[in-house]
Amino acid sequence: MMARSAIPSPETTPPSVRFVQLGGLAFRVNTRVLGMIGLALVVLVALGAWALTLGSFRLPLQAVIDALTGAEAGDARFIVRDLRLPRVLTAAFVGAALAMSGAIFQGLVRNPLVSPDIIGVNAGASFAAVFWIVTGQPSPLLPVIAFTGAVATTAAIYLLSWRGNIAGPRLILVGIGVNAILTALTTGLVVRANIYEASRALHWTTGSVYAATWGDVRVVAAVLAVLVPVGVALMWALRVIQVGDTTARSVGLPLERTRLALVLVGCALSAGAVAVAGPIGFVALMVPHIARMIAGPMSGSVFIVTGVLGALLVLGADMVGQHALPVGVPVGVVTGAVGAPYFLFLMYRANTRV
Amino acid sequence: MSRVTSAAPAPSTVSHRGALPAAKLGVTLLLCVVALAVVSLLSLRVGSIGISNSDAWHALFHFNPESYEQTVVRTLRLPRTIIGLGVGAALAMAGAAMQATTRNPLAGPDLLGVNSGAAFGIVTAVYYGHLTHPLQFVWFAFAGGLAAAAATYAIGSAGTGGATPVKLALAGVVVSSLLSSWLTALLLLDQQTLEVVRFWLAGSLAGRDLATFTSVLPFLMVGLIGMLLMGNQLDILSMGEDTARSLGMRTGRVRAVVTALVVLLAGAAVAAAGPIGFLGLAVPHIVRLITGPDYRWTLAYCLVVGPLLLLSADILGRVVARPGEVQVGIVTAVLGAPLLIALARQRRVAEL
Repeated sequence: MMARSAIPSPETTPPSVRFVQLGGLAFRVNTRVLGMIGLALVVLVALGAWALTLGSFRLPLQAVIDALTGAEAGDARFIVRDLRLPRVLTAAFVGAALAMSGAIFQGLVRNPLVSPDIIGVNAGASFAAVFWIVTGQPSPLLPVIAFTGAVATTAAIYLLSWRGNIAGPRLILVGIGVNAILTALTTGLVVRANIYEASRALHWTTGSVYAATWGDVRVVAAVLAVLVPVGVALMWALRVIQVGDTTARSVGLPLERTRLALVLVGCALSAGAVAVAGPIGFVALMVPHIARMIAGPMSGSVFIVTGVLGALLVLGADMVGQHALPVGVPVGVVTGAVGAPYFLFLMYRANTRV
Repeated sequence: MSRVTSAAPAPSTVSHRGALPAAKLGVTLLLCVVALAVVSLLSLRVGSIGISNSDAWHALFHFNPESYEQTVVRTLRLPRTIIGLGVGAALAMAGAAMQATTRNPLAGPDLLGVNSGAAFGIVTAVYYGHLTHPLQFVWFAFAGGLAAAAATYAIGSAGTGGATPVKLALAGVVVSSLLSSWLTALLLLDQQTLEVVRFWLAGSLAGRDLATFTSVLPFLMVGLIGMLLMGNQLDILSMGEDTARSLGMRTGRVRAVVTALVVLLAGAAVAAAGPIGFLGLAVPHIVRLITGPDYRWTLAYCLVVGPLLLLSADILGRVVARPGEVQVGIVTAVLGAPLLIALARQRRVAEL
């Protein structure tokens, strides 16, 4: 409680911030950021609706709405409800989960260049999944295996970084090392596989929401439903950690327990997304930067902005990959090829600012 | 508390730990050369087909094309060993030079993105330009490696505090992952290219064309000899920019020369064998345990210990998965990355 009131000083509080009292609890509410969330959600819904009309069988918007509300029963209903809607929802949910995971890891280690793709979490999922693919195991279990791989890798990174405490720089370097080992092992598996399995493995490790099912939607939706509230609740602690270990301890934050909780939430968000869509690159790295740039330093509401922007990015990238290019490419290629150069620029700026 | 007091005099005492007098260093270097000869011989002998000493000897000096064993040595094991000798020396020396110029214990051609830049350059050249001859695409390897290293260094050293190990390592990883996502995009568009390139991308000494190696050999030799001559400069540069300048060194010029040599070495190595990770990071650290901070000795040792370790890793890769093989790039990453983790756990590095 102390920590919440410790951060905003009256002089620096922007005019858009209101204090709302609900029973015994008081909240700071930034109306500007809330407006952004609303606007981004409207854009997201519009983009989603547009995505539902696109495809080899083009549908007018009215037909899509009819299919969704059940007013229409024919092919359009099947196409919209069973083929396109799961893909659109999966893209949006996966994007949100990845972006939020990135925000948590970046805050946790106090470094804006970190994400689950860089410190090995996603490499763990990839290694497990590729192992599963090249050994010809049943594919329905693939998401479970990928999830387990990510969680086990995070546990290993956490334990290897532990030296009485978790220091950000150490966690990053250990993560890079673990990432290198797992990437090498994954390459080893791909090399030994036959070309079809190798191609499938490469597709998986690129990240794609192709042929997403309602089952995928349910998995990511469940992950988000459980972890987003936890994440929002932990954001004040994340802000305190930003100030420095000494300050965080002096305001009574149980530092290592909070860090562990943040690692768990960040890992599970990423693992849930990667389990159904593969490691879609650069989303977790990039989106938190954009969110901070337009909405200000990380907080509960900016965390939500991050999620919505992540959803927008992955959905948009998937639409580009699916419809705008002469050949359909997985969404991970689009986020990597388009997002990466932009990220280089962000990264340069982030370094000059820190 | 005790940690604080023991860490205080670190710069002078720690770096000199293990340094031997010149005579002993010379003898140890000779021992390393002997060990390298033994490992090279083993590299000719060990594999899915065992080769006897006499067959290896005859294959080298009295080659009899009728003999199956001698043909194996001549056509498979000998090219592989020669490439291993060159590539190991190149990567190790490139790593040592980068650690000296950046004053960064985590520098190396792979962590700074040179390897993935060179790999990206080559794959792009093969895919778009349909270039087939190594002499054509080696230039793309150099260009890619140079561009990636420049980008990594520009990003990693931006801002206050300059290039700290963490900033530099992160910038390198991000640049590498950027390049690999572009590479993946190319590969997904064309299964044919994937089929050709995936073996090469794993980084291996096996199945490599000796012609590729001989065509990059001039670059390699220039790089190796040039770097050996730079030992003095690296010594001075590793004391820091200010000290080097006050000693009268034109640091900008020296850095440019060293960077060019590093790109020559790493680019040639990648063109010959594919990206082999962590050798350039690990060998200088191991070597400095013997030589201490003197870069003239460090470079000379790298020239010998680099191939020694690379060939050992290659032999290990042949033995662990019989009758198949594990690519040497995978072996070096799996054995070398723990060194990175160990370095990260050292208080000195993580707090830089």
